[in-house]
Amino acid sequence: MHGQPALPLNLDPDVLAAIGRELDAIYDETIASLGAPDEAYIRRVIKTQRALALGSRVAIGVGAVLRRSKQRRLGTALVGLGTVALGSAKILENMEIGHNVMHGQWDWLNDPDISSTTWEWDNVCPSDQWKHGHNVVHHTWTNVMGKDRDIGYEILRTTSERPWHPVYLAQPVYNTVLMLLFEFGVGLHEIDPDKIVSGTSEEKATQIELLRGFVAKMSRQMAKDYVLWPSLSAKAAPEVIAANLVANIIRNVWSYLIIFCGHFPDGVHVFANDVVEGETRPGWYVRQLLGSANIAGSSFFHLMSGNLSHQIEHHLFPDMPSSRYPEVSRRVQNVCERYGLPYNTGGFGRQIGTTLRKIWRYSLPGGNDSLANGPAIEVTPDRVSSLSAA
Amino acid sequence: MSLTARSSAVAREIVNLFATPLRVSHYVELVNPLWTSHRLQARVEDVRDETADARTITLRPGRNWRRHRAGQHVRVGLSIDGKRYTRTYSISSSPERRDGCITITVKILDGGRMSGHLVRKLAVGSYVPLGLPQGDFVVPEARPVRPLFITAGSGITPAMSMLRTWNIIGNMPDVKHVHYAPHSYDVIFGNEMRQIAGATRRYRSEVVLTREIGGPPGENHFSAEQLEGLCPDWADREVWVCGPQDLIDAVEAHYHAAGLAGQVHSERFRAALVELDPDAEGGAVTFVTQGDGPDVHTNGAAATPLLRVAEDAGLNPEHGCRMGICHTCDVPLVSGSVRDLRTGAVIDEAGSSVQICTAAAASDCVIDLCTTN
Repeated sequence: MHGQPALPLNLDPDVLAAIGRELDAIYDETIASLGAPDEAYIRRVIKTQRALALGSRVAIGVGAVLRRSKQRRLGTALVGLGTVALGSAKILENMEIGHNVMHGQWDWLNDPDISSTTWEWDNVCPSDQWKHGHNVVHHTWTNVMGKDRDIGYEILRTTSERPWHPVYLAQPVYNTVLMLLFEFGVGLHEIDPDKIVSGTSEEKATQIELLRGFVAKMSRQMAKDYVLWPSLSAKAAPEVIAANLVANIIRNVWSYLIIFCGHFPDGVHVFANDVVEGETRPGWYVRQLLGSANIAGSSFFHLMSGNLSHQIEHHLFPDMPSSRYPEVSRRVQNVCERYGLPYNTGGFGRQIGTTLRKIWRYSLPGGNDSLANGPAIEVTPDRVSSLSAA
Repeated sequence: MSLTARSSAVAREIVNLFATPLRVSHYVELVNPLWTSHRLQARVEDVRDETADARTITLRPGRNWRRHRAGQHVRVGLSIDGKRYTRTYSISSSPERRDGCITITVKILDGGRMSGHLVRKLAVGSYVPLGLPQGDFVVPEARPVRPLFITAGSGITPAMSMLRTWNIIGNMPDVKHVHYAPHSYDVIFGNEMRQIAGATRRYRSEVVLTREIGGPPGENHFSAEQLEGLCPDWADREVWVCGPQDLIDAVEAHYHAAGLAGQVHSERFRAALVELDPDAEGGAVTFVTQGDGPDVHTNGAAATPLLRVAEDAGLNPEHGCRMGICHTCDVPLVSGSVRDLRTGAVIDEAGSSVQICTAAAASDCVIDLCTTN
């Protein structure tokens, strides 16, 4: 296997094939077992999310008006509670629902209302653009230098493999800006300024089309959060605008933190371009495994992170319903243990801590991680042979 | 568009902007699923057994419902193990019914995936997706008719909708009704047929039991002599026939032979299929599925619709009527050949659109389920 040496693993081709078969089996068994409880789960989450979104907007609107009356303290409490609830509703919609529905995880229901082909999420990024950049580019070319635009999102230096430039000195600052305005970062992800300035006329036209789609979607989102709902509270509109702004920021910061924990913590690997040459499905599996990291947490934490806390399982099986990731995660970990493969998981503090440390460190020149971006993994041959004999 | 229509459309747009990227209707659904405008659902109000294997289901459609014409059918969806399936059923209630409800009467079919579920498991209080009423198996309103109904089994349902309507309004035409059922205990709406006949002399019904114990040997099916005996003035009547394909074919042939083919209206439960060449063979079928999932390989028999083959392989392609009418299930043929079960024609042109609900494998073939036509 000539593509293989670029993986930081010296796996025997037979062992690699065996890993592939095991992971295929986990996928097939899980998909075959989907049924009514899974349908009930996603319907319940969607219903809860909509009730939360509506309830929180009413709370904010009423609270904002009450703050200007004698019931100032009750009003403030309502606005505060509503803001957190609206932020949570947006998080649920974007992560556990929108992201996963758009991956096709629920297409098997055959319900046109919960389908990857029709879902539009509560976010300034148009769904069709996101599906291309995310499902097609990022999930296929995960962590391959020069292919995956999600490695530092083209603006951050998150690995020493990316040449240093003085602009990265400001990285800690604009990283913070990206965190606060994350949905706009996602929304502009597909748009390539180089192509607008110096692309062919066809490239320019495509970019302008993308930009148009983004502006149209963004305008509707902005009108809803900053014009229409505030207008219902008349004079108290500024409070509603502020509450909605904070709710959007809560969603932005949280989704940024969870998503950055997926591919940037210590121990996650990036790959040279040639690794994908002649790559087999088992090879793709191992690359996904080495290029992703999980976050350990409670089931509520997993729900609020859209189960992207099971980033490894999500990258191995992107169209498997997220509600199955916890059970699948135990089986994947078991496979990793048996074959001596790394399984990158840790508490939220560890994963986000090492991610942010990297962003600070690589704003300066140098850094010494190899493509492996962590120690190369030695799979001891006798261990493997004893496994394949078993 | 008139000025008022335009301004109300603009107003609706602005109201919906409060709910963007959803619509207000999605939030209204939280309060009552019947009030939505983005999709039509119905609440199951009541279930009632008609016979041992047939049940009448009373549905309350949501506010986007359009009143049906007696004899029309409707698409009903149901989730089985999480996956949604759709089937078409005739409406058995009268459009004159005052409580806004409709009924469908479903009989369990051998090997039927959905009929068993509808009859045995559908719970009162649950919601099912619903289509709008469709079909032209109706009695003309503008001219007088003397109908002859020939129905069998649950094929009585559209006729019952018409009879109930005339009974409610009190303008029953001169109706003759011949109904076939295997045994006396299998007759759906048997009591109601007798009641209507008791209330008006203008309605006369004959129930033919095809397999009654102690009855004539063999099966007592439709024949010219039988019709002559039961309804001597059959040639003067327009006939509405609903039931199994054999019955419809026999009635059509009978009227055709008499030069009266134009007097026959028929409603089929499923598409009319040609008799296949006994040597016809199916083949290995490959379904190309969505996303980066692996292709699904299975075998398709010569007479099994590819939609059913796909479902048996655990796939759930989009579909609607399952009888070749609605084109919801059209997908492109990648390679190989398929046979249209209605005409027997073989389609082997790569890229052709295939109605998988009424087409079967004619050789090894590859079907692209991710592209809808």
